[in-house]
Amino acid sequence: MEALVASAVAVMTAVGVYLILRRQTFPVVLGMAMLSYAVNVFLFATGRLVVNMPPVLSDTATGYTDPLPQALVLTAIVISFAMTAVVVLLALGSFIASGNDGIDLGEDRE
Amino acid sequence: MNHWIIAPVVLPALLAPLLVLLARNDLRAQRMLSGAGTVGFAVLAAVLLVQASAGGIGVYRLGDWPAPFGIVLVADRLATLMLALTAALALAVLVHVISTGWDARGRHFHALYQFQLMGLAGAFLTGDAFNLFVFFEVLLIASYGLMIHGGGRARLRAGVQYVVMNLAGSVLFLFALGTIYAVTGTLNMADLALKAAAVPAAEAGLLRVGGVLLLMVFAIKAALVPLQFWLPATYASAPGPVAALFAILTKVGVYAILRMVTLVFGAGSPAGDIAGALLLPAAGVTLMLGMIGVLGARDLGRMAAFAVIGSVGTLMLGVAIFTPAATGAALFYLIHSTLVAGAMFLVADLVRGQRGGLLLAPGPRMANHGMLAALFFVVAIGVAGMPPLPGFLGKLLILDAARSAPTAWAIWAAILVGSLLAVAGLARAGAAIFWATNDDASPVPSQPLALAGVAGLLVALAALTVAAGPVSGWLNATAEALYAPAPYIAAVLGGGAP
Repeated sequence: MEALVASAVAVMTAVGVYLILRRQTFPVVLGMAMLSYAVNVFLFATGRLVVNMPPVLSDTATGYTDPLPQALVLTAIVISFAMTAVVVLLALGSFIASGNDGIDLGEDRE
Repeated sequence: MNHWIIAPVVLPALLAPLLVLLARNDLRAQRMLSGAGTVGFAVLAAVLLVQASAGGIGVYRLGDWPAPFGIVLVADRLATLMLALTAALALAVLVHVISTGWDARGRHFHALYQFQLMGLAGAFLTGDAFNLFVFFEVLLIASYGLMIHGGGRARLRAGVQYVVMNLAGSVLFLFALGTIYAVTGTLNMADLALKAAAVPAAEAGLLRVGGVLLLMVFAIKAALVPLQFWLPATYASAPGPVAALFAILTKVGVYAILRMVTLVFGAGSPAGDIAGALLLPAAGVTLMLGMIGVLGARDLGRMAAFAVIGSVGTLMLGVAIFTPAATGAALFYLIHSTLVAGAMFLVADLVRGQRGGLLLAPGPRMANHGMLAALFFVVAIGVAGMPPLPGFLGKLLILDAARSAPTAWAIWAAILVGSLLAVAGLARAGAAIFWATNDDASPVPSQPLALAGVAGLLVALAALTVAAGPVSGWLNATAEALYAPAPYIAAVLGGGAP
């Protein structure tokens, strides 16, 4: 299970890094989304991977999973979701205003 | 428990929705509410500053959960100093915004402004690393909105870059926090200080990875080389007063570096002395690059942005030595460079309002031309760090503190050559804009009230010069407290009953 989760984080991070190095805003936005998926899984795994264990106190439990990373992931998901929405709107506004979807500023500085 | 500590976060957080919900169509009401809120914010910051200098470290446990389990806010001397600095800059910028009518060029300026203050206050006060991330996001979201205020093609395109850069930074921040949590099992900064010191040697490598990632995130915020590329276009494209407020944003990165390194990744940490070794060369290169940028910039906005990079370089040279004396000197320079960078952007905005652009080329003669030239001259003296403004003293203190460092010659050379480049660049810009004018007069009438923001910042700088002795003594005591974190840790973890 550890190998599976670790390779999932690795593949998503690699895809995300590749995409945010693209020149158009659309792949960059997708890349940011991939990176935030990767970091969410990574955060989840920082509490150690266990199966079928309760996160809160229970009389019958034989062990526990760490609840804190789950709370952190929840916060991170909410924030990254909102930020993706912001960057999509901003990229759209920039595309409409300038007729150009490139992310580099290049020659068209003020 | 001292409930005043959370007030600087709660006040703007309540005011901003009020501004959107009740006053969305009434600019006058927005201005009055926002002004009153910012004055209140400044009063709260001053009260906390006085309380913290009386010696006590104020701790606020949210929901009254004891420290490593709940989130705490900590009002120590450094945090309240940064809070007071934010409030002073925010007041001057708000006066400028209202008097020049920037807030009428787009919607919801004041609401975003209050959210920005909320994020800044939270980032300075929090004692929990994940909470620091959350407040970073709050201040960044507000800064995205402020940065593209007023719209326009160039601003939106620079805004996309700024947002993407900071989103990547946020992802790195989460990776860093996850790594540190996996090693130590805590994210409370005071608890981290204890747990990180006890990390076994076998896991020190992982802690070091987390530490370097965290430093990288803060270096993005502080715009240290090689992570400074986002800053010039962002600051030059942002509305002038917003860029002036952003002068405090780079200092959030510096503050976070100072806080985390003195608590967790100091010289005695099992992760090794990573911070000094990495940051000192980066700071030197940042200083040189910033000042070369000042010399080579083609318009006043970009020049001011490069001056911010240069001042961060000087500041980080002082911080990265990581001794109490050098940190005290760096804090003095931090106060100066924040106020003076804000003043520079405000002057640039006044010039832009009169000339329509900021290119360093002959333009129309501005209304109250002489006054603007004089203001630019004074602010340029401050940016270059010449007497009588306190930047000179700050640089002198940093140079003095650097004498015992092993690379003292390099630090001295960087600061002195950087100052020379800055003087040359600023003189060139001033001559191009204020000496050579073509014959026609600017059609824009003068706005005497708009000078009030810059004047306020300059008065603050003059006060800092006059009170340099006591302020410097206070800052040295603050730095001493940073390098002896036992009372901080005891205050956060020890205080059981409210």
